[in-house]
Amino acid sequence: MTDDRCEYALRLGDNALILSHRLSEWCGHAPALEEDIALTNVALDLLGQAQLWLELAGAREGRSADDLAYRRDAGAFRNALLVERPNGDYGHTLMRQYLFDAWHIEALSALSRSRDAGFAEIAAKAEKEAAYHVERSAELVVALGDGTHESHARMQAALDALWPYAGELFLGDALDARLAAEGVVPAATSLRAAWDASTGAVFAQATLTPPASAFAHKGGRAGRHSEALGPLLAQMQFLQRAYPDATW
Amino acid sequence: MYAQLVKTSRAKAPEEMSEQERAFQARIDRGEKIEPKEWMPEEYRRTLIRQIGQHAHSEIVGQLPEGNWITRAPTLQRKAILLAKVQDEAGHGLYLYCAAETLGISRDELIAMLHSGKMKYSSIFNYPTLTWADIGAVGWLVDGAAIMNQVPLQRCSYGPYARAMVRICKEESFHQRQGYDLISKMARGTPEQKAMAQDALNRFWYPSLMMFGPSDKESVHSAQSMAWRIKINTNDELRQKFVDQTVPQAHYLGLTVPDDKLAWNEDKRAYDFSEPDWEEFYAVVRGDGPCNRDRLGARVKAWEDGAWFRDGLAAHAAKTRGAKMAAE
Repeated sequence: MTDDRCEYALRLGDNALILSHRLSEWCGHAPALEEDIALTNVALDLLGQAQLWLELAGAREGRSADDLAYRRDAGAFRNALLVERPNGDYGHTLMRQYLFDAWHIEALSALSRSRDAGFAEIAAKAEKEAAYHVERSAELVVALGDGTHESHARMQAALDALWPYAGELFLGDALDARLAAEGVVPAATSLRAAWDASTGAVFAQATLTPPASAFAHKGGRAGRHSEALGPLLAQMQFLQRAYPDATW
Repeated sequence: MYAQLVKTSRAKAPEEMSEQERAFQARIDRGEKIEPKEWMPEEYRRTLIRQIGQHAHSEIVGQLPEGNWITRAPTLQRKAILLAKVQDEAGHGLYLYCAAETLGISRDELIAMLHSGKMKYSSIFNYPTLTWADIGAVGWLVDGAAIMNQVPLQRCSYGPYARAMVRICKEESFHQRQGYDLISKMARGTPEQKAMAQDALNRFWYPSLMMFGPSDKESVHSAQSMAWRIKINTNDELRQKFVDQTVPQAHYLGLTVPDDKLAWNEDKRAYDFSEPDWEEFYAVVRGDGPCNRDRLGARVKAWEDGAWFRDGLAAHAAKTRGAKMAAE
């Protein structure tokens, strides 16, 4: 594994880890039992994916997935800002999930054809899970957008609030360009058209209107995060930090 | 146990029964299963609704004390195990609500009774989980105590409840092993971890014993349930079995059961042990345990905050149905 590939695996692993963590915050508190179970399924899938990507990312330096998850500070995390957004109401959680899932499925589908066998193998497994995730989150976005006046208003508010965090998923950088040239990863920008098409269709069906602004917050992949990440890590890493000599 | 205080009247003697009731009792005595559409005494139906409902509520409220540690689980694997476990509990709640629905009550009605305080859930979930070792103690002791009661219920007389129990018991015994594994790791870990494990046992021991309900001397309400085979063993029988199973496990872990009177009694081939504080038990059941208000408050909040979501889905489903019918 080259440094570039480790860094890219870290981005994928951190996306999955942080989003899984956010979903796990709902466990026991979702609006219906069926939702509690389904959302936890997604959280578990993402947690499993995080484990695989982080193992890959840490292998060269001899760091375990746990070392990476529990012993890095916020500035060393490489996830997109979208996934660290606080849960908000259930509509925000579902909208965040849909924006991510619609990107994730395109990214994993391309990565499953990677020239790097390690990447391709993990992506192929994760793609099957992501296909279910996006089917579920798209259905819920449509149903709630097209549900009652209140559910529509909540989903529109969620879309307005989260839209500026979606663009970062498609921003390329030097690392992305180098790996794309090697045929290891898709160029970030190359995923945009498919995402625009699929989300456009879903939002139309949901009677939701994406904001016109193309402004996108960015910085996650460079370790410049929002204020939301620190408290999440403080909670997640508490035991490992408080009892560094313990095994669990 | 997950249904601790389901009162029924004294068992009817055969001469007090109607012809239909006698035939019903005879079926139960022959070990037949009663199925939803079949005739059953009204009191049998009502008792089962209370019992299965309490059990379902216990699973749902029981998600909360363990859910409290999901976001602080110390490794990715421990987090996955705990998430999956709490998810299983939601699943248990779901099939128990379904089992109760076969008796002619809806899930929404049962949930409304939980939220209004008309129906109870197990007292154990009103105790807080204060350290990571508590997650082990809940699996080891609380699931252990639950299994003790639920294994015999796989043979209970009501078909849907018995079948739900078969599936639940399989998962519960898995959870118990995971809990024991977690607390073993703590008991053999650093001095701080060991102290957390001992503290967890200290706090969860007596509340676990309370899970079996009041002593048989006090519990005069179970004769009819036993005749109907919706309760198989007495509270004290199960409590004794639990103590006899658990004490050697605690010794193996190097932990001390917080009971000075605990001693092996060679004559009865079982342990003598102290009763829990029944005053405390009744206070917790009344609503004055350490977490009652927080637990119920969290459930009510989840339900109320989710109303728009459920209404939205229902409205969309109705529109879709309407559109389909118009097209046909």
